[in-house]
Amino acid sequence: MMSGLSHVNAKEPPALPPNSAPTAVAPELTQQLAPHEVLIASLALDLDDDLHYAPGLLALTAARLLVQHPTDHSWSEYALDSDLTLEYRDHAGVATLELRDAKHTLSRWHFTLEQHRAARRLIEDFNRIRDGRVRDPSLETTCPTCGGPLAAGDECPACARAVHTPPSTWTLLRLWRFARPYSRQLISGFLLTLAATAATLVPPYMTMPLMDKVLIPFGNGVPIRFDLVGLYVGGLLGAAVLAWALGWARTYILALVSERIGADLRTTTFDHMLRLSLEYYGGKRTGDLMARLGSETDRICVFLSLHLLDFATDVLVILMTATILFVVNPWLALVTLLPLPIIAWMIHVVRDHLRHGFEKANRIWSEVTNVLADTIPGIRVVKAFAQEQRESVRFRDANRRNLAVNDRVNAVWSLFTPTVTLLTEVGLLVVWGFGIWQVSRHQITVGVLTAFLAYISRFYTRLDSMSRIVSVTQKAAAGAKRIFEVLDHVSSVPEPVDPVRIDALKGAIELSNVGFRYGSRAVLEGISLDIAPGEMIGLVGHSGSGKSTLVNLTCRFYDVGEGAIKVDGIDIRALAVADYRRNVGLVLQEPFLFFGTIGDNIAYGKPDAGRAEIVAAARAAHAHEFILRLPHGYDSLVGERGQTLSGGERQRISIARALLIDPRILILDEATSAVDSETEKEIQGALDNLVRGRTTIAIAHRLSTLRQANRLVVLDRGRIVEVGGHDELMALKGDYFRLYQTQRRQIEIDEISWTPAGLEREA
Amino acid sequence: MIETKSNVDFSLKRDLFGRLVAIVKDGVEKVGVVPVRAFPISAPTAGFALLDAEGHELAWLSDLASLPRPDREIFEQALSAREFTPEIRRLLEVSSFATPSTWTVETDRGPTRFVLKGVEDIRSLTPPRLMVTDSHGVNYLIQSLNLLDRHSRKLLDRFL
Repeated sequence: MMSGLSHVNAKEPPALPPNSAPTAVAPELTQQLAPHEVLIASLALDLDDDLHYAPGLLALTAARLLVQHPTDHSWSEYALDSDLTLEYRDHAGVATLELRDAKHTLSRWHFTLEQHRAARRLIEDFNRIRDGRVRDPSLETTCPTCGGPLAAGDECPACARAVHTPPSTWTLLRLWRFARPYSRQLISGFLLTLAATAATLVPPYMTMPLMDKVLIPFGNGVPIRFDLVGLYVGGLLGAAVLAWALGWARTYILALVSERIGADLRTTTFDHMLRLSLEYYGGKRTGDLMARLGSETDRICVFLSLHLLDFATDVLVILMTATILFVVNPWLALVTLLPLPIIAWMIHVVRDHLRHGFEKANRIWSEVTNVLADTIPGIRVVKAFAQEQRESVRFRDANRRNLAVNDRVNAVWSLFTPTVTLLTEVGLLVVWGFGIWQVSRHQITVGVLTAFLAYISRFYTRLDSMSRIVSVTQKAAAGAKRIFEVLDHVSSVPEPVDPVRIDALKGAIELSNVGFRYGSRAVLEGISLDIAPGEMIGLVGHSGSGKSTLVNLTCRFYDVGEGAIKVDGIDIRALAVADYRRNVGLVLQEPFLFFGTIGDNIAYGKPDAGRAEIVAAARAAHAHEFILRLPHGYDSLVGERGQTLSGGERQRISIARALLIDPRILILDEATSAVDSETEKEIQGALDNLVRGRTTIAIAHRLSTLRQANRLVVLDRGRIVEVGGHDELMALKGDYFRLYQTQRRQIEIDEISWTPAGLEREA
Repeated sequence: MIETKSNVDFSLKRDLFGRLVAIVKDGVEKVGVVPVRAFPISAPTAGFALLDAEGHELAWLSDLASLPRPDREIFEQALSAREFTPEIRRLLEVSSFATPSTWTVETDRGPTRFVLKGVEDIRSLTPPRLMVTDSHGVNYLIQSLNLLDRHSRKLLDRFL
């Protein structure tokens, strides 16, 4: 049983506060234990009574609860009596555990939510020992920290992904994954670059004999040998034409490849994004995600096709030139290359500075698009409250920040290029000076000096363009990082490694001890419910009581934090996500219609559905007739920029959509809340058709909508408080009764003030 | 103009379980009441409320001065027991400039370490305040960039 402690430790994420690792106090704990006393569970306390960070420990053995107080590190113990209880609660990220006997509180301990699971485990063990129960054998196959099913090798997939590792900084190299399919083209492109570069280096070499064998002798009175001139000038022309042809071929090939790499990157990222859970979308803003997919991939593409290619050429030119120069005259070559290290050092220094700048500029740019993404969809609210000025100021501010950041970056890198140019000029002077001195001492010919000057002007232009690569590489790397941030994001709804195959479900749903939290707020706790195939459950409760979260968990938009949801006895985390969702039909409060025809929208979940099926589904959803009344019938365009439909009509289309896939499990999430009671009556018929024979979980604001439900489940602040039929719950005179009464009064008020009779009475 | 007036017609005590009890009119005892601040960050000293165990408002206090002394102490003590927004005074170390990143910081409640999941978890409140949310949903406050030392500012700047 000693494994209790080590087990918990092993499963905890590595990023522990320095003061919360139980290992730090473990030797002290061993001293506290009696010879044969074994540790069953432990919990690292990391906050003292005043909620300041301080390490402490809570340890449970078979006979007592041991505590090392965070404040003064003293130990106390509590023998496990039958009247002791441990009370857990948390608020704003701080959890509190209270030990009570029948009459009063004995002690109270605080810790951060990092220890939340260890605490749950400790409480479970505490209750078990106190009540004299043995450990539940099913616990052995479930993860000790989160209660999810264990994969092979005792590893919990849910806990393994909680490890927080940042993506590597060598992000651009990771683009290789997308380049590999094109390695043949890339290699031929590289060979062409090599050849083209070599060809461009021929002309300066030709100046050497032109100078020494033609022009200098002419100056000394020897007539010009036109045969030699023809040969050399012909060589110049041939080299130029060759360089042109090769350059064209390599640019074309590499541009094609990089465009394809960019497209692959985009589609892969989008595919990955689609697989991410709703949790990811909840925390991201549309503008930011769109910027990542659109402009960042484009930037990477331009980088690959233009800048990287240029850079490769630059490096080749420099290497080849340096070789030629050394072969011709090592001393002059050495002097010529002198400024090179200085420039390389400059590039290195500026690189870091620029990268941060560009990363920052990217983030600020997202801020600019975020203002747009906020304002344009909410334009009705903006106009209704006459806040155009305020949004304009917000946009202007975002732009101003963008300018400020860019100004700072530009200040650095605008200085950079001229400095390189200056160094180039200085380098030329050095070559002139040293070259003339060498000519005067007859160490080199005038031809060699002219060749050097011709080479070096090319050489330094290359360095100049290489300096530009610094900024574009950093921009592309920053872009790649943001792309890989999306790609590296593991879906919090992971596909099981070895999914259980299902054909058709019967539709039995079993929720056992389900818990879920958003950040530090517990939304659901200890939800247990068995739903028989074909049964209709109505979820009732105030807003914020956890109804929507519960259906989101059932749809597996999120994974449960604790406990398990089983369908036909199989944990839904063990099923392939798409397989499972194919069996779930969903009708939402705000039906979303994609741009396309009504027929396409109905067939969204089953694209291969025949026309007869679509019509049948629409008919059952009471949508057939109004669709036929539209000028283009089922071919009418809807969605953004399409035909405008009323809320009730859109809802009926979405009901038809759910009917068409014929799911065993049906989720109605406030399906009738957005429409008035008149329209609700119209939809109700469609809903009745939909619900028939399917396991249904329905959330409805109007309790009257749930009259068909077999059982009503009343939720309050994340817990089930009542379960039963309408009459049963009314007789109970509890939460449901109160909800019902409130609503009936509300309806009466509405009716009095809106019906003609009501108006008369008011008059 | 909508106005909210303070209504102080309750007194407070703690029961043996340490729970806060409000004695409202006619001597009715409400167990498990919770004091809250309405604007915990932007105006921590203006606007308080006392909620009952179901989360309904029992009383509204525009400031604590309207409470008699013993009650005020209980009220303040109960507030501080619920509030946990450590204020970051210094950033000592960040594991990487890419997220998720582990930050080692010094706060007004002592040194700690937490995981920042993404740059979007650093939010700008009413300037110059910043709010940092860690992977467990704990909120940390940064009063102002200018109050941090150079090293902290440099680290933080890489995330802004």
